[in-house]
Amino acid sequence: MEEGMKYIGAGLACFGMIGAAIGVGNIFGSFLDGALRNPSAAAQQTGNLFVGAALAEALGLFAFVVAMLLLFAV
Amino acid sequence: MNQFFGGAAANDPISQFKIKSLIDIDIAGFQLDFTNSTFWMIVGVLLILTFFGMAANRKALVPGRLQSIGELGYTFIADMIRGISGEEGLKFFPLVFTLFFFVLFANLVGMLPFAFTTTSHIAVTATLALMVISIVIIYGFYKNGLGFLNLFAPPLGDMPAVGKICLYILLIPIEVISFLARPLTLALRLFANMLAGHIILKLFAGFAVMMASAGGLLIAGAAISFFAGATINALEFLVAFLQAFVFAILTVIYLNDALHPSH
Repeated sequence: MEEGMKYIGAGLACFGMIGAAIGVGNIFGSFLDGALRNPSAAAQQTGNLFVGAALAEALGLFAFVVAMLLLFAV
Repeated sequence: MNQFFGGAAANDPISQFKIKSLIDIDIAGFQLDFTNSTFWMIVGVLLILTFFGMAANRKALVPGRLQSIGELGYTFIADMIRGISGEEGLKFFPLVFTLFFFVLFANLVGMLPFAFTTTSHIAVTATLALMVISIVIIYGFYKNGLGFLNLFAPPLGDMPAVGKICLYILLIPIEVISFLARPLTLALRLFANMLAGHIILKLFAGFAVMMASAGGLLIAGAAISFFAGATINALEFLVAFLQAFVFAILTVIYLNDALHPSH
């Protein structure tokens, strides 16, 4: 019983990745939005783009780590 | 776990991260084995040394191919530091340069077949992250004294005292928590990216083999899975570079807080 619950929990933890997907998609979408309006300013903002994407992505990876902990460590 | 990934224990996607001892070393009760992780870390460092040794070997005025790549890496990091924290930040150039290339080569060496990805272990990434954050804290207090605490309680300018107190009650816990979360996220981001990437690679490869051996119509599925795996392999090379870049740029951003705590 408990064994099965672990896998259900790991599956539920993966819902956290929805938020990260929305966040990362939003960042790249907004970047393209701005970059197409003003292409000359786009190159200077790629650093910010990747930092923002990495910060948003990290939260999705926390969900992944929780799933892995449930599967292998608990 | 085997029933979920099929096959023998050696074929599940997790066993690639297993640390094996190559040479047993035991000093005063401490287990200091020479492991496969140590081995691949040394391979990465030796590759960096040979690459930059060869790139800086000739010192030609008109750089050759290798020297160009070396100079590209040098200006890439230097421009990144200059852009974030100005000329002052360049004193941290050796640290950031070393961190970037160590992480980059550890990630890239891990992409070799049968190689071990050292950065897929939280022990390695947490050590790097803790090193960065200790340098931030120590240098921050060394340079600014107690002024470094302005990082948590920024000067608010003209405002009634009551308003300031109310804001500080809200602000200080948030700033402290976000500062404490930095080493955690820095370590987890690199670790989880490499771990997830290599698990996905192994999963697709495993699917291809499983479906091909099942035969029949599943052969088509095996082909799809094979090409998906090959595509993700290319993506993993991008991630290997991107994560090294993100690790370096976040290091610079955190060091910038130590240089200019009240911005």
